[in-house]
Amino acid sequence: MSTAVHSDQLSVEHLLGIKELTTADIELIFRTADGFKEVLNRPIKKVPSLRDITIANLFFESSTRTRVSFELAEKRLSADVVNFSSSGSSVSKGETLVDTVNNILAMKVDMVVMRHPDPGAAVFLSRHVDARIVNAGDGTHEHPTQALLDAYSIREKLGKVKGVKVLIVGDILHSRVALSNILCLKQLGAEVMLCGPSTLMPRHIEDLGVRLEYDLDKALAWCDVANMLRIQMERQGDDGVSNFPSLREYAMRYGLDLERYKRIGKDVVIMHPGPINRGVEVTSQVADHANSIILDQVENGVAIRMAVLYLLAARIPRQGV
Amino acid sequence: MSAFPILTAKAFGLTVGRLCYQLIEDHGNLEGVALIGLQPRGILLARRLRTELGRITGTQEFRYGELDITFHRDDFRHRATPLAPSATQLDFMLDGRKVVLVDDVLYTGRTIRAGLDALLAFGRPASVQLLVLIDRRFSRELPIQPDYVGKWVDSIGEQRVTVEWKEIDGADQVLLHAADNDGLNSTTFAQGTSADR
Repeated sequence: MSTAVHSDQLSVEHLLGIKELTTADIELIFRTADGFKEVLNRPIKKVPSLRDITIANLFFESSTRTRVSFELAEKRLSADVVNFSSSGSSVSKGETLVDTVNNILAMKVDMVVMRHPDPGAAVFLSRHVDARIVNAGDGTHEHPTQALLDAYSIREKLGKVKGVKVLIVGDILHSRVALSNILCLKQLGAEVMLCGPSTLMPRHIEDLGVRLEYDLDKALAWCDVANMLRIQMERQGDDGVSNFPSLREYAMRYGLDLERYKRIGKDVVIMHPGPINRGVEVTSQVADHANSIILDQVENGVAIRMAVLYLLAARIPRQGV
Repeated sequence: MSAFPILTAKAFGLTVGRLCYQLIEDHGNLEGVALIGLQPRGILLARRLRTELGRITGTQEFRYGELDITFHRDDFRHRATPLAPSATQLDFMLDGRKVVLVDDVLYTGRTIRAGLDALLAFGRPASVQLLVLIDRRFSRELPIQPDYVGKWVDSIGEQRVTVEWKEIDGADQVLLHAADNDGLNSTTFAQGTSADR
């Protein structure tokens, strides 16, 4: 069968970042995820598509939800899965990244899902090893599957992404979720506004075509969707400077509690990439509010990751047939 | 490419009607039957049958669903591009039900194999039967046979059979398309490579 390339195929061989994806790619991932979402609601939530594919999950940085979400997605697709985390491995004995990965690939692994603390680690790996790479977060750079599932959740809740006003609140400086989200939402035609302490706002970020607002109440009045990012405690003070005086002050100025939410006077959709610091970014009453789609995001995460793995695996040539 | 009608609108309607009566003959008032159309084109026949059966029996004792088999296909990574999935609408369990799988054309049998595989994700049916509008017998690649057939077509591999529907194509008819340089009466039995969908 020698049909020419058309839009039923991704334009990329690896998922390194949103930056490399076309609008057609993102729409294809969403369409495919619709199918997997239905699979996830079946009594038996498993399809045989990837049963001849082996996937290694390499987590060089701690993660619970992303790792579990990827692992579930892989298992629902019938792939064989090996997990690897840096603690207690040869990485702590001084092995390089390429050596670590090549050792794993020598055991015939087809795809690698990697979380790494260094920006660009996924791109670097894709150039030096012979496997499909899925970036599950590289430092403060990108986290493409999170951005895809966020945009997918908005599309599910509001029926579209184009023209929707999305507010991203919080630690933009340290957030790979923010960067991937901005790129993804802009690509799909949404309007994006950022809000947070000026110390957590990267310089020249407005060059990405986003609005800036430092007053959360004004920003909330503008938006349809508010994505409340997690304060990345582990990355604060990387440069030896504290970026905000205290969590309490952050919560007062940039946290969303029920009183502030009610003041907006419209049904703003609440999102959070997790894990939530309850009482900091959002209070429990807001996190569990009817307009919160935080748990839908988690559910959609598995469907989106299944779609990404399925579409990337489709591009792996078969061997020995 | 020349197209030759093998079922025109009138015969088409009669055939669908006959399939309904055959189902009623075998299953009485259709209690416990689950009629399941296979995406993408089998659902058009299944929807037609649902309407007709409801009209004939006056009640609707059977359950109805639509099943997408994309993720169960055996040609994933054999094709140049993956197929985009269609919607599955199946909001009941199949445990103990008499399933009738519905598709428009039975050709190699691979779609039906995938359909059987996909069905098992919804429970353990009491039985599974296969109903097709067109059976291209002699083209099978798997040991799968239909229980109800609208019309048999003994075509060679290079010919294509398409089923057109009033709802989307403008008219109910079944067409036999000859291969480009190959008349309808040709007897060259080449190995077919194209699927019907």
